[in-house]
Amino acid sequence: MAEAKLLSGNDACVQGALAAGVRFFAGYPITPSTEIANAFARELPGRGGIFMQMEDEIASMGAIIGASCTGTKAVTATSGPGFSLMQENIGYAAVAEIPCVIINVMRYGPSTGLPTSPSQGDFMQTRWGPHGDHPVIVIAPYTAREAYRETGRAVNLSERYRVPVIVLMDEILGHLRERVEFRDEDLVQEINRKGPDPDSTFLPYEYTEDGVPPFANFGTGYRYHITGLIHDETGFPTNNPVEVDRIMRRVNEKIELHRRDIARTQFVEVDDADILVVAFGSVARSAHEAVRTLRQEGKAVGMVRPVTVWPFPDEDIRKAAAGKKAVIVPEMNLGQMVREVERVVAGTVPVHALNRIDGLLITPQEMRDLIEDIQ
Amino acid sequence: MGELHEKYLRMNKMPHIWCAGCGNGIIMGAFITAIDRLGYDKDEVAAVSGIGCSGRITGYLDFNTIHTTHGRALAFATGIKLTKPRLKVFVFMGDGDAVAIGGNHLIHACRRNLDMTAVIFNNHIYGMTGGQFSPTTFKNKSATTAPYGTTDPDFDIAQLCIGAGATYVARGTSYHARLLTDLIVKGAEHPGFSVIEVITHCPVNFGRRNNFESPAQMLLWQKEHGVAARKAKAMPLEDMEGKFTIGELYRSTEIPEYLEEYGRVIQAANEEKQP
Amino acid sequence: MGKKRFNVTVDRTICKACGICVAFCPMSVFTTDHDDKAVVSAPERCTGCRQCELLCPDFCITVVQVEETADG
Ligand SMILES: Cc1ncc(C[n+]2csc(CCOP(=O)(O)OP(=O)(O)O)c2C)c(N)n1
Ligand code: SF4
Ligand code: SF4
Ligand code: SF4
Ligand SMILES: [Mg+2]
Repeated sequence: MAEAKLLSGNDACVQGALAAGVRFFAGYPITPSTEIANAFARELPGRGGIFMQMEDEIASMGAIIGASCTGTKAVTATSGPGFSLMQENIGYAAVAEIPCVIINVMRYGPSTGLPTSPSQGDFMQTRWGPHGDHPVIVIAPYTAREAYRETGRAVNLSERYRVPVIVLMDEILGHLRERVEFRDEDLVQEINRKGPDPDSTFLPYEYTEDGVPPFANFGTGYRYHITGLIHDETGFPTNNPVEVDRIMRRVNEKIELHRRDIARTQFVEVDDADILVVAFGSVARSAHEAVRTLRQEGKAVGMVRPVTVWPFPDEDIRKAAAGKKAVIVPEMNLGQMVREVERVVAGTVPVHALNRIDGLLITPQEMRDLIEDIQ
Repeated sequence: MGELHEKYLRMNKMPHIWCAGCGNGIIMGAFITAIDRLGYDKDEVAAVSGIGCSGRITGYLDFNTIHTTHGRALAFATGIKLTKPRLKVFVFMGDGDAVAIGGNHLIHACRRNLDMTAVIFNNHIYGMTGGQFSPTTFKNKSATTAPYGTTDPDFDIAQLCIGAGATYVARGTSYHARLLTDLIVKGAEHPGFSVIEVITHCPVNFGRRNNFESPAQMLLWQKEHGVAARKAKAMPLEDMEGKFTIGELYRSTEIPEYLEEYGRVIQAANEEKQP
Repeated sequence: MGKKRFNVTVDRTICKACGICVAFCPMSVFTTDHDDKAVVSAPERCTGCRQCELLCPDFCITVVQVEETADG
């Protein structure tokens, strides 16, 4: 492969999605995600796809779910205010188990906030935005190269596990243009959802060994019902407590069941480190740089970077943090991921939060300062 | 129940959940009669609904069915139609569903003119949530959220859709069930976005609170207040006071269907790809 | 040729006693029983207009034309 391109994170997301077979995009313009819509508008019509500018983000989310019902891989992209509007339909996709991908390029909030400034304030919202217990996968790339590969992976995971997958970007990653050299490992494969077995009767929400029912695309001869009401394996509403409990456990637990396939965590100089930084997204770029320079100075510092941020990589963090002097969690918010880290290390290692909420990226120097203070 | 019901309904889901005398069942009957007349293959029909008593219709229809979120049925339907244009797409909504929470989606669907048929169950009330007033409840009516009478002016759904650019707009009632079937057939055959507003009745959450003693009385009201559009044209305006027109209200073939128009986008994109 | 005859039936198990058929049958074919459910009391008056079939919200009513035999 080894092909070099100048790509922004937003462009890279589009390229990755197209490589994974996405043929439908519906969205509503919002900074700093707009370039994603622009690129899909240019790319899709010539590839047998459809680009739709909808009347708002609620409609965009509805339209991609509808498109997915026919078997079309579908994506939307937005930022904070639009992401908030999408929550009800994201919950729908989660419980009705409709594959789809939402790219959220975070900006400073709440409300209109600072439209052109980065933030990591949606970390918890990506996990808990819709009401009710629900499954979701969230992936946070930190370079354009990774945005390409991970958006492709997001599409594939949503197909394989019938779950909405959120690609969590931020303003810096979205707009930063980088020279990207694709290598063989960046190749995005196309994975399609599992269809019904023609030799047995089709149960739309069948209990299968892998926890993922087969999906019959609309218009392929299987006439069945999809609803956001809690349903039994036939797909029709039920309020039988036994059935309700059974299906909701399966729907939520299928993520845990496949954690090994879904998880991706990067470890940088962790083993002999006595101070560990846990960071994701663009803040992890600064963290990476801080680790690199401190190592040059002979300081034992390492980094763990969740690429798949939800499900949260409990085991990876617990193991990496074991025996360390301290864990530092820098975030462009008032402390969201740090709560997860604290939960996981459960008091065995001191955890320090480093927060910045002035609309600017945490610098490597700030991290160095804190690390030096602790040491 | 007859052959038609057995052919188009999920018989194991019968009887339906609607209250005694509710207009929803009559509309469902008129709809499957229309499908039978249209001769569509059941596998090639997608039925999409919102949330409300009316939205429950998709659970009973033996097609590709999806019961979506409140107000958003048209958004889901748009994704279905665009990605599988071969499917005949019908969208069922209540009055609150279509013109309150989903009003924005309705006007934009009208403007786009994607080939789908919307059937709006206008019972002038929020049935499912227990009788709150809706944007189509007339003035001085009683509702659980208007114990002293409604004050808000009401929407005329059909006129709203005509104004927003729908290319086929009709109004029927649950009383005029034969006419309703005709209108659904014509709407489905129309190449573009069609809207059938159905004046119907909720005996439980509207009727009882507003001096209708029985479902039959509410049907009688429809019979007496629905005036054929052709006839209404010849009537003096004051005679139409408090009445509404029924039948085909608007039809245009001048505006291109959305996917037809999108074909130009595809062509332009393909031409650009050529060296 | 005699007058057309029709067989009118009500599925009592699914009738919700709404009274619509009783109110709208132009020939007063229906009455109600102790549960207010519809009863076909005067089928011989039926003209086959099918208003009852169309308006019954629960699809309880079927109207079938009776085949005339040669000897009536
Ligand atoms: C986002 C959201 N808001 C509110 C509701 C509650 N709700 C359910 S149905 C309904 C109104 C139903 O009225 P209408 O659309 O007229 O349908 P009908 O029941 O009369 O057929 C409302 C407000 C909901 N389900 N979702
Ligand atoms: S509440 Fe009203 S609209 Fe809903 S089923 Fe009952 S009668 Fe029909
Ligand atoms: S078909 Fe007409 S006349 Fe006969 S029972 Fe029904 S409504 Fe009455
Ligand atoms: S219309 Fe149907 S449900 Fe109503 S009383 Fe007659 S048979 Fe029963
Ligand atoms: Mg209503």
